[in-house]
Amino acid sequence: MKFIKNKSGLLERTKSANELDDLRKKISNHKRWDLLFMITGIIALMIAILTFIALFAQMLIDGLPRLSWDFFTSFPSRRPESAGILSAWVGTTLVMLVTAVSAVPLGVGAGVYLEEYAPKNLFTEIIEINVTNLAGVPSIIYGLLALGLFVYQLGFGQSILAAGMALALLILPVVIVATREAIRSIPIAIREGAYALGATKWQTVSDHLLPYSSAGILTGIIIGLARAIGETAPIITIGALTFIAFLPPSPVTNEFPFISFEWLTAPFTVMPIQMFNWVSRPEEAFQLNAAAAGLVLVVMTLTMNGLAIYLRYRMRKNIKW
Amino acid sequence: MLAKYPVNLFIQNPVSKELPSKKEYVGKLGYSYRRKIHERFIESILFLSALLSVVIMLAIIMMLVKESVVFFKHVSIWEFLTDTQWTPLFDDAHYGILPLVAGTVVSSAVALLVALPLGTIIAIYLSEFAPFAVREIAKPFLELLGGIPTVVYGYFALLFVTPLLQLIFPELPGFSLLSAGLVMGIMIIPYVSSMTEDAMRAVPMQLREGSYAMGATRFQTALRVVTPAAFSGIAAAYILGISRAVGETMVVAIAAGMQPNLTWNPMEPAATITAYIVQVSLGDLPHGSVGYQTIFAAGLTLLLITLIFNIIGHQLRKRYREIY
Repeated sequence: MKFIKNKSGLLERTKSANELDDLRKKISNHKRWDLLFMITGIIALMIAILTFIALFAQMLIDGLPRLSWDFFTSFPSRRPESAGILSAWVGTTLVMLVTAVSAVPLGVGAGVYLEEYAPKNLFTEIIEINVTNLAGVPSIIYGLLALGLFVYQLGFGQSILAAGMALALLILPVVIVATREAIRSIPIAIREGAYALGATKWQTVSDHLLPYSSAGILTGIIIGLARAIGETAPIITIGALTFIAFLPPSPVTNEFPFISFEWLTAPFTVMPIQMFNWVSRPEEAFQLNAAAAGLVLVVMTLTMNGLAIYLRYRMRKNIKW
Repeated sequence: MLAKYPVNLFIQNPVSKELPSKKEYVGKLGYSYRRKIHERFIESILFLSALLSVVIMLAIIMMLVKESVVFFKHVSIWEFLTDTQWTPLFDDAHYGILPLVAGTVVSSAVALLVALPLGTIIAIYLSEFAPFAVREIAKPFLELLGGIPTVVYGYFALLFVTPLLQLIFPELPGFSLLSAGLVMGIMIIPYVSSMTEDAMRAVPMQLREGSYAMGATRFQTALRVVTPAAFSGIAAAYILGISRAVGETMVVAIAAGMQPNLTWNPMEPAATITAYIVQVSLGDLPHGSVGYQTIFAAGLTLLLITLIFNIIGHQLRKRYREIY
């Protein structure tokens, strides 16, 4: 505000009051943009949410009538009304088993190494950049790697083992990042306390850091597995069959040693592939089956993701270092 | 209890002035080779699992390059890059990657036109405007949206979005890049919005307070203070969105048709690089045939495109990073 000399105080005040009014008007004009943007933001959010609701509703309407006990206990069939997802969900379960068993120890181990052991040098930096890059590699590329390496070079064939390991490579970065973040959030005092009592590095890690970060790591593993369950592209690439009307050999047998690993090399199908197969058929009846399979798949992934979100929420509430 | 520890050895033996023999005093707290080896062993196992990520990357590159090299013995790189037809499975085989690249570019462009603006608006809204309760509900919800399998989005694009679009554009065919791209865009929103929001929330409060103190409104602060300050994070989010769109497979394979078609028109059906790989994998190509090698050449092209974007993102992040 300007002050002009040789004028009475009254005049001066009105002038500055005018300016103040102008300023207020200007700000309230600008605040209109605030409101406008708020509305835009809510609309944008609504578009995302409405899409989700439409997606879910469409599948519920189409798929719910098909969901019955028989749908879960019958094999795929040429007749849409008697087709089911038995081989698909058994396949998904077994593939996830392989994925979890191979990705969890490797991912947690790599996370622990990078966070606790790794010296600060060029090589560590390369590994770190590499993990970020791996997370950005399209999933179908992992499928090509698995096709060339696991299926042909190592001779696993188009088996549960090859698929499970392909998905394990895919979710490895997720597990590594989750492990690192969980371990990083533990205060340094815990480590110092353990060292002061004479613990070695591994004792510190295994007795303190891993137990305290287990909830965070578990969240990462669940999110990773939820992603793996829905992955279709890498499994199509390794050439999984879409029409499987039998189950892989049972992992539990009647004879000694009671556990068999034959299922690892068996051909298989999984839920998303079964759904893809049904979607790409022209008959409408099969597309209803696809909706039902999709519904089961979405409920599975939503449950897992929901569990992860809940775990994280509880963790944030409970832990106070 | 105390007797367990070597410290006690000195007290227990006050008469003899000798120190305890080394064997006695190397107890739980002393130097132990066995323990040292144990620690080293564990460290090397952990190191190997960390090293695995590098091995995977090298294996991916080697596998793609190895098969592509054989492929490029049959087909010249010039033909691969300039031919306008992609018909490797026909008798009259043409190996021009251009139609697949065009399909990828068009579907990604449609997806990004949806995902980047909407994702950014949602992020700015959630980070700068939304009340606490809205944010607490919307964030997990968006996360769930990002967790839905892509094959389900493909189903949604084919059987819900395409018929809906056909009401507006009656001439739209049953398969189109437009509907695949739109759904892909919605699918990518959560990735873009959550990373952008994280970047904006990392901007310190003082910057906002300084801006408010100068009389700026929330919108001005968000646009002119917070967004530039979070630029490197936002750029990283955009790059991630782009590489998601380029590498997305199932939505385009289901909803865009799988016929290679050199077009820049989103209203037409066309195949992307990823859709072609799916199409070949669904058939029964013998290992070692040219058709088998084409998917590796296509995969290598895809990997190069995403790697280029990743490198750009890394550079942007390094160049514009603000450290508070």
